[in-house]
Amino acid sequence: MAASTGAAIELVKNINRRILTLFPKTLFVFRHISTRSSQCQSQAQMRTKSAPQQLVGVVGLEIHAQINSNSKLFSGSAVSFAAPPNSQVSFFDASLPGTLPVLNRRCVEAAVMTGLALNCTINRKSFFDRKHYFYADLPAGYQITQQRQPIAVDGILNYSFLGGKKRSQVVRKTVSIKQIQLEQDSGKSLHDEVHSQTLIDLNRAGVGLMELVMEPDMSCGEEAAAAVRELQLILQALGTCQGNMSEGQLRVDANVSVHRPGEPLGIRTEVKNINSMRYLARAIDFEIQRQIGVLQRGGLVLNETRTYDSKSGETIPMRDKEGLQDYRFMPEPNLPPLVVYEDTSSLPDGVDSSQAVVMQSLKEKLPELPGVKRDRLVQMYDILPEHSFTLMSEDGLVEYFETVSKATKMEPRRVIGWVTQELLGQLNQKDMSVSQSPVSPPALAELLELLQTGHISSSAAKQVFQKMWTSGDKSAAQIVKDLDLGMVKDTARLHSICQKVVDAHPNEVQAIRNGNKKVLNKLMGQVQRETKGKADPVLVRAILEEKTS
Amino acid sequence: PGSLGTGSRDVALCFQVSSAFREGTISPTELCRKCLKLISKTQHLNSYITVTEELALRQAAEAERRLLQGVPRGVLDGIPFAVKDNFCTANVRTTCASKMLSDYVPPYNATVVQKLLDQGAVLVGKTNMDEFAMGAGSTDGAFGPVRNPWSYAAPYREQTGKTPDSDWVITGGSSGGSAAAVASLTSFLALGSDTGGSTRNPGAHCGVVALKPTYGLLSRHGLIPLVNSMDVPGVMARTVADVAVALGQKPVGLTFSLLEEFDVKNLCVGIPKEYHAPGLSAETVAQWSRVADMFEGAGARVKEVSLPHTQYSIVCYHVLCHTEVASNMARFDGLEYGHRSEVNCSTDAMYASTRHQGLNDVVRGRILSGNFFLLKRNYQHYFLKAQKVRRLIADDFRSVFKSGVDVLLTPTTLSDAARYRDFTQEDNRTRSAQEDVFTQPVNMAGTHTHTQTTTHKHTHRQIADDFRSVFKRGLPIGLQLIGPAVQDVKLLRVAQWAEQMVGFRSISDCDQAWMETEMTDREWTSAV
Repeated sequence: MAASTGAAIELVKNINRRILTLFPKTLFVFRHISTRSSQCQSQAQMRTKSAPQQLVGVVGLEIHAQINSNSKLFSGSAVSFAAPPNSQVSFFDASLPGTLPVLNRRCVEAAVMTGLALNCTINRKSFFDRKHYFYADLPAGYQITQQRQPIAVDGILNYSFLGGKKRSQVVRKTVSIKQIQLEQDSGKSLHDEVHSQTLIDLNRAGVGLMELVMEPDMSCGEEAAAAVRELQLILQALGTCQGNMSEGQLRVDANVSVHRPGEPLGIRTEVKNINSMRYLARAIDFEIQRQIGVLQRGGLVLNETRTYDSKSGETIPMRDKEGLQDYRFMPEPNLPPLVVYEDTSSLPDGVDSSQAVVMQSLKEKLPELPGVKRDRLVQMYDILPEHSFTLMSEDGLVEYFETVSKATKMEPRRVIGWVTQELLGQLNQKDMSVSQSPVSPPALAELLELLQTGHISSSAAKQVFQKMWTSGDKSAAQIVKDLDLGMVKDTARLHSICQKVVDAHPNEVQAIRNGNKKVLNKLMGQVQRETKGKADPVLVRAILEEKTS
Repeated sequence: PGSLGTGSRDVALCFQVSSAFREGTISPTELCRKCLKLISKTQHLNSYITVTEELALRQAAEAERRLLQGVPRGVLDGIPFAVKDNFCTANVRTTCASKMLSDYVPPYNATVVQKLLDQGAVLVGKTNMDEFAMGAGSTDGAFGPVRNPWSYAAPYREQTGKTPDSDWVITGGSSGGSAAAVASLTSFLALGSDTGGSTRNPGAHCGVVALKPTYGLLSRHGLIPLVNSMDVPGVMARTVADVAVALGQKPVGLTFSLLEEFDVKNLCVGIPKEYHAPGLSAETVAQWSRVADMFEGAGARVKEVSLPHTQYSIVCYHVLCHTEVASNMARFDGLEYGHRSEVNCSTDAMYASTRHQGLNDVVRGRILSGNFFLLKRNYQHYFLKAQKVRRLIADDFRSVFKSGVDVLLTPTTLSDAARYRDFTQEDNRTRSAQEDVFTQPVNMAGTHTHTQTTTHKHTHRQIADDFRSVFKRGLPIGLQLIGPAVQDVKLLRVAQWAEQMVGFRSISDCDQAWMETEMTDREWTSAV
């Protein structure tokens, strides 16, 4: 079953790829056909059942990713999340008169790498613009951004998620990346209601951002969350953004509208202030349902900015700050066009290659991207595609799995269960990260080796694992010894226990003798109960088969 | 005995002073005190917003110590200089002649200021200007108008027959304070800024050498911007050689003659016909012709050339200027620095009140029109069109220089300096349009900085042979030399040749009484 699903996905992927190559314009139509997921699926089904067609959601995203760099986009101040207020502010960041921007090459390279990883066209020449608005945490009265010609355009993000009834089918999707632009972050306003004053922290002012615009190719919160999750993994793999949503390194605004398929898009709202992946899906789905409700009641959706209230789970209108804004864009006169070179041979005379941004050298530095990594894991370790997703879902879990697999003779497809269920279950229960796990990869490998070599049964192994979680640095072998969990291989003793079980279950014995071999498992379970799970299952089965034949 | 300003014209004054320091005829401290004394005596000119007396004396003492230890930093060590009050100076208030920044003390030095300080030059003060450099008269600043020193010199006084206080003329602007500081002999060098002519215009009206270098040649870091894409730091001095020294030219032998490799016979001088503009005074035309003839008489090729888009330049300049002004001024909101209104019912109300109180009508008017030009619905009709015309203007200059012309010779202004009373009959915008008509096209042409092919630089110089007989009003008249981008030194050579031929005069050359009343100490005059 799993194999055939995998093959189908592979097929879909190949078709997808081919269609993309041949008819980029048909992408949307194709995606529509191939799109199936829990939430979106129910909509699709409703669609086919009842004419007129049902309203469906359309979701586009604007994502601000803070560039992971030592210093800010146009100044030398450090980028630091938890620094004391206003301790990372250069003269330029505070907009002191007479200061000038100096472009941080690292930030440009981060944007180019991100663009390359998202299959974008990198503009050889892009421009900076000023976007004007008055706000207390924007000291210059304008933000330097890229409005006319951003650094990267026309990309594609392939993402997938686990869908289907059991959440075990890998659903693959594509979203178009309209553009990636470099821009400055703003400072932070802290409103002190008690003293009715606003305090400004400029530490964040001027930090480099990549604004990624995703086209409205998504149809529900789950898809949007999966796309953002995939982007997060890509950014983290590239090292261009740390991607921590709760620290604001990745900020998502969603443009949400509803329409009937085939009709023009509806009026959209913008949902802001979504600061976790979970809220992202909830906020979007709430907003889609809210808009459907409004329309079904005969109302009109207003073009407005809304914010997600995580307590109530609702989106609520934001107080519109200035009504209709005219940002009065203007070319930034202090920054010349930003030039990215194809390769070192295309550098003009006199340009120092260490000062230039060269695409070829950045391409060579691209690490293994999450999609490729998943495929590699599936192939290399013969695990299911959904396992590759689970592995990639936690920072460090892939490395943990690979380390354990290499240190034990147990097959990786057996190891994967230990990692994705026992280990991850414990971690999730205790809200810990992989790096915080008290059971190290070598420790788990030692345990699995005991299991693999038949020193302990698998149920005993689970007990040992539980114990390892709480017993400090005691080795698995030590725990097995302490708890007397070693496999019982004493044939005489097992014979006596088996006999007891057979005697106590005449009906089952009869059933086996009548050909229902499955019932043997029940008897085996009884034996294990007697031995606290320590009996050697191979031996027990042989003895029971003999006694029930 | 020679006096400051009448030495050999190919020798920089600062070089002469430097020699005097070494010979011990005057010390840096003594010179500094004399300048400070003269500043105090010429207070009525209102050239300075802030006089940095303490700092200057401290810097002079340091220069003196270096001199005594035999380790002077070079020819500028101990030389007094003044800086327009829109260049940031660390721990010295920098006001831009605006209430908005009247108490603003920057934490850093502008690069050009720092470079002069590093060479041991002594900062005597920050000079007056039009508020945020928006003006062409130095009449629109929060600290009052600057008076042209020539209003108080013998030639003008004899012409008018009135008391100077009732009939004084403007300095031009916006760097009027710097021009007046150099013209009145209170400093040897002064920094101005030039966006549409703000260094050359007052230089012409005050009869000093003023250089607008190629855009990008001197750092703008620390220059509080007017129009980023046109602003350049400008240099003013009494001789071309002093300007060359300030630009970093090394001495040739013992002098600063730039003429070693210069032969006027190889020169092609262009006379742009479009500069015969309406309103050009007969006297200015006469001087323009005279100097053109002088070049021709010396063997240079002088030919008429055309810069066909000149007439559209001033309108486009205003559109581009105002848009950048609207943007650049957005930071003055009273939050991080500068004036802040007491109104605190909301942030927006505080902004509005702060900006209304802190900025004058001229500045607020430009902000308003600039924002209008940048509105989405207007952008392509104003800003974009002006940018396109700007390209045509740059192309005009490019093709003229490509055709073999080495320098252009033009008037700097339509006429000599106007009386304050007359000048203020018209509003700032009208006056700026009139005053900048010959100067702003080159700022416009300096846009395409990344190609480095279209910027132009200029120097101009007052041509003052004999004020009493030649110039009816007894005021300097300036001409402008325009050269191709990045050939600033070549341009200075042409300027120095003209300077020698014409025989520029300083105020002390024309008014012995000026020197006697202002500079009674014979020790100094005999020293240099």
